[in-house]
Amino acid sequence: MSSIMDVFTALAISCGAFFFVAGTIGLLRFPDVPTRLHALTKADNLGLGLVTLGLLPQVVGALAALKLISVWLFALISGAIVTQLIVRAVR
Amino acid sequence: MAVAFDIGLIVLLVGIGAWMIVVRDVVVATIIFVVYGLLMAIAWVRLSAVDVALTEAAIGSGIAGMLLLGAAARLKGTDASGTRLSFPMTIVAAVLCAVISASLAAVMLLPTHAAPTLAPLAMQNLDQTGLGNPVAAVLFAYRALDTLLEKVVLLLALVGVWSLAPDRAWGGAPSLDNYVPPSDILAFFAQILPPFGIVFAIYMTWTGATNPGGAFQGGTVLAVMWLLVMMAGIMRAPSIGNAWLRWLLVAGPALFLVVGLAGFFIAAGFLAYPPAYAKALIVVVEIALAISIAATLGLLAAGPPERMQ
Amino acid sequence: MPEFLFGAALFILGTIAVGLVRILHSRQAADCMMAAQLIGTGGVAILLLLAVATDAPPVVDVALMLALLAAFASVAFVGGLQGKASAQAEDHRK
Repeated sequence: MSSIMDVFTALAISCGAFFFVAGTIGLLRFPDVPTRLHALTKADNLGLGLVTLGLLPQVVGALAALKLISVWLFALISGAIVTQLIVRAVR
Repeated sequence: MAVAFDIGLIVLLVGIGAWMIVVRDVVVATIIFVVYGLLMAIAWVRLSAVDVALTEAAIGSGIAGMLLLGAAARLKGTDASGTRLSFPMTIVAAVLCAVISASLAAVMLLPTHAAPTLAPLAMQNLDQTGLGNPVAAVLFAYRALDTLLEKVVLLLALVGVWSLAPDRAWGGAPSLDNYVPPSDILAFFAQILPPFGIVFAIYMTWTGATNPGGAFQGGTVLAVMWLLVMMAGIMRAPSIGNAWLRWLLVAGPALFLVVGLAGFFIAAGFLAYPPAYAKALIVVVEIALAISIAATLGLLAAGPPERMQ
Repeated sequence: MPEFLFGAALFILGTIAVGLVRILHSRQAADCMMAAQLIGTGGVAILLLLAVATDAPPVVDVALMLALLAAFASVAFVGGLQGKASAQAEDHRK
């Protein structure tokens, strides 16, 4: 049972790392600030979500798992609003 | 693999530090400084100093970044903004920093016997204080006098910042709305974020007795939320002559001092606690300190008053 | 498992480093506003991985603090660079 959980963790975290790389490539290659911001926010937050999903089987207790999910939700919400703020400033 | 991560982190930190010194523009240098502070928090976590990591992220990035950006904005129109250190002086500074770093490394790494430390003694006496967090025990039980004096120093720093006000503005309010133009997105953000921040600050202050955290970290998060609300224009900055504000500022250190003086009557001496009530007293003092620290740091970052109400 | 988690943390640290080099080296000042956003997601991921790898729940608190402060720092950066940009625009107009 625990080996299945370990495989799931490894898989999810690898996908998360892949999305972080995708976000960084977008940051390097996209032509202007709004598109770069799009790549940064969307891909990196998805990567963070997959990393959180992968870490869920590894923690003990529902409270710890809930805390991990709330960290991800908070990063998601604040990232979305901050992105709009930055784009408004750039235009 | 943990060693590889540590080495990668060190290389990144040294690279960012070097870049911060080389870059020309003051605002970009401040941004790099804040990024450096946030990455240092990860370094502190690797050194098992979680309380320091929390404080570094909060103060080293949030409040210090705000202070530096405010200073950069104030320097913009003056001719001080263009001065740079001459090249020979840069070399001298670099050599001195390298000598200090090498000496520190030699002192830490070379001696063969272990350096004297009070840490085991501190851990042994921890249950007498009733606390679970050794850092809180050092701050409020073993070295409470230092903490009390530090809080007073913080108030003195605030008075120092206020003294920069022009005479006609004394007693007035700092203005934050020429710093970042208020927009509807910022106003929305300043309505969404503070509830989370306040809950997190209360959690940080309360859990400081047993887990890493405490009054300083909780108070700083409250200050950051207050600054955000003031920047967005939802709340106006209070005038510094406001009596309520001044009572809030001194409430923490004053309560700490009263508890310390009460130690003469109910315990062994100044800043001593009766063993049965030690934890309760410390938690009450921490709550008052968190509120005072929030007000003090918020006003420090807001700057000197610039206009009469 | 802890080895794998440290390796993933190192990998994400590498992506943050590459992103930082790109952002801070850019000609446009507006790129620097994204620096806090980059740390706010990547740094949080690294801290969560470290929290589980070293089995230390308080590190999740550090991750939450980092997310909060990175959000605030983004607002401060926008203000700092906008103020600077508007000063530059005034110089061009003069």
